[in-house]
Amino acid sequence: MTGTILLFACLICGSTGGEIAITYGMKSVGEPARLRPKPLLIFLGRALRSGWFWLGIPLMALSFYSLLLLLSWHPVSFVIPVSALSYVVGTLGAKYILGEDVSAARWIGVILVCAGVALVAAG
Amino acid sequence: MVLAMVVCANIGDLLLKLGMTQIGAVEFTAPGLAHAFRETVTSGTIWLGILFLLGFMVSYMTVLSWADYSFVMPAGAFGYAVLTLLAVIFLHERVSPGRWVGVILICVGVLLVGQTRPRTTEAALQSKVTA
Repeated sequence: MTGTILLFACLICGSTGGEIAITYGMKSVGEPARLRPKPLLIFLGRALRSGWFWLGIPLMALSFYSLLLLLSWHPVSFVIPVSALSYVVGTLGAKYILGEDVSAARWIGVILVCAGVALVAAG
Repeated sequence: MVLAMVVCANIGDLLLKLGMTQIGAVEFTAPGLAHAFRETVTSGTIWLGILFLLGFMVSYMTVLSWADYSFVMPAGAFGYAVLTLLAVIFLHERVSPGRWVGVILICVGVLLVGQTRPRTTEAALQSKVTA
């Protein structure tokens, strides 16, 4: 039980923490000048030199391995609905860490998506 | 771009699943794992799946370079709805009412988020100047 809770914490915090780090990195890199192969390659090159990117990758890997372990212990219809909590945790992170302005409409949308993913995986 | 992200992630996952099914269940022993490793490295389906997942990663990073994380993240869940529709259309799977309600909730949620401003933080000053 304790192991399961710990793994869910790693799964949710790892994926949202990793994605927030990558978002932060990408925002500081700036958007590619045009969506053509060459500007995209230059953009990727700059992204790969960002420390935030390399902080995000191991966090996402941690979350991925937690997911694999959880799936070997419990059915998908339990693991995915619980992991859908990461939509709420991610939105909180976006608001308080990244300083994004999360409007009421966006909050309602996120909660609907969270409930929807839980239902799809449980059904 | 968000659409490319969702499509690439789904096709990539499906191809990996297809490739691993072709290889069969992996024995959890040293020779079994070594055999599985050789099979996956030489499987075209697996490489194609990895290529699509790379495509997902690049479009994800590009989107995040200008849009909010709290805008992009819920849109990614649209994949669950697409996957259910694909399963019904191509695999003729039966879908429970609870799952349909979930698909509808996801679609309404994504539409709601899609109505909000994609970017609420200030643009980085150096963007679009270089390259």
